[in-house]
Amino acid sequence: MYKAIVIGTSYGGLEALKLILPEFEEGFPLPVIVVLHIGEHNNDVFINHMNAICKLVVKEAESNELILPGTIYFAPPNYHLMIEDNYTFSLSIAEKINFSRPSIDILFESAAWVYTNSLIGVILTGANPDGANGLKIIGELGGKTIIQNPCSAISPAMPRAALKIAKPEINLTLEDIAGKLIELAYSK
Amino acid sequence: MAGAYDQSNSELLNIELHLLLEAIFLRYGYDFRNYSKAHIKRRILHRLSLSQLYTVSELQDKILRNRDFFRELLDDLSINVTEMFRDPDFYKSFRENIIPKLQTYPFFKVWHAGCATGEEVYSLAILLHEEGLLDRCQVYATDFNPKVLEIAREGIYQEVDMGQYERNYQLSGGKKKLSEYYQSMYGSVMFNKELSNRIIFADHNLVTDSIFAEVNLILCRNVLIYFEKELQENVLDLFYESLIPSGILCLGTKESLRFSRHENSFDVIDEKQKIFKKKIV
Repeated sequence: MYKAIVIGTSYGGLEALKLILPEFEEGFPLPVIVVLHIGEHNNDVFINHMNAICKLVVKEAESNELILPGTIYFAPPNYHLMIEDNYTFSLSIAEKINFSRPSIDILFESAAWVYTNSLIGVILTGANPDGANGLKIIGELGGKTIIQNPCSAISPAMPRAALKIAKPEINLTLEDIAGKLIELAYSK
Repeated sequence: MAGAYDQSNSELLNIELHLLLEAIFLRYGYDFRNYSKAHIKRRILHRLSLSQLYTVSELQDKILRNRDFFRELLDDLSINVTEMFRDPDFYKSFRENIIPKLQTYPFFKVWHAGCATGEEVYSLAILLHEEGLLDRCQVYATDFNPKVLEIAREGIYQEVDMGQYERNYQLSGGKKKLSEYYQSMYGSVMFNKELSNRIIFADHNLVTDSIFAEVNLILCRNVLIYFEKELQENVLDLFYESLIPSGILCLGTKESLRFSRHENSFDVIDEKQKIFKKKIV
């Protein structure tokens, strides 16, 4: 039923993602597309590390690239990442949103238009309100909305903003998020 | 942001966007029909949310009848975000790998396509000046948006951005201080005219206009990312035709010739910084 997962996070996100992403087994039926605010510099070291600890392929999303299931994509630093109707990625250097490029709002909003009710949006720990508006649109277009419980987040500002603005359907502690995503991914 | 649109009519939005882009092309000649749709959709919904209008069809009506309103949308649709010495590693590689090649020409021509407000054109002019090449070249800096070209032509920028630009410049291998190239006044800076003496700023649309000069070097960074595949190919055709044999093509760091029909028409000079050289056939 679901076709994609999008995840947004900033401060504390690396630690949170290290708990969630390695739980997905080979053959995982959905693509996982992540915006992590990590600064303007090259992602290579970080991508290599995630690849080493994950069972799925982890890579930086490329312009025009076809989005495949069972793959984890990260937005490149200093570019916004968007999804096109033909299930490919596009990039932009448009203005920062919430002081952020890549912006979670931009990924979530473009993904919501493409996947509508077959999208799962997740907001994890983070220090700014980026992603709250994007998660709201995912909800409005019929997608599943999830946040990490702000009380369990290293930095609660991001999930708290999402809680307030997007009124998410599901609110979970960090430990329970991977299990929920797996359950939804394999649901009919 | 979703406004009048929800799950039940998101397909309607796509139809209306398609019609709007046709309308803009027929009425004003600007062709956004093969731009990345996610980008266009975001920009138009943003403009819609700022207006008192409810649907893209209503927006289209106003676009067709009100040229000033169209000008505003034109600014929304063109990305004018740029900075001096953006991606310092690119300029560093350019100094190391391309400057020695340019030094072999008694005279050469450069095309900076999609120059927006010109920050990267002045960066290039500074670099060429420091390598003693500015007097030996002609730079054409083009964009389709007349408003940003005017800013580029004036060479006046915000003083608050200069800290970042100075850092970029130093990281790129700059030989002086960036502040030696401009005069500050009232919170703005104006770049020295000796930098722009060799630059011609001109209106050119990569989508609808054709070849206008034979050049030794083309810079077109972070423009192709807004185009759909086929339009990218057409623009690469234009660049290929415009370059002399052994001419240099510089793209943005996330742009590529991979999977393009021009992949084999160029040799790679710097894979990471996306610098290519046209093969001698």
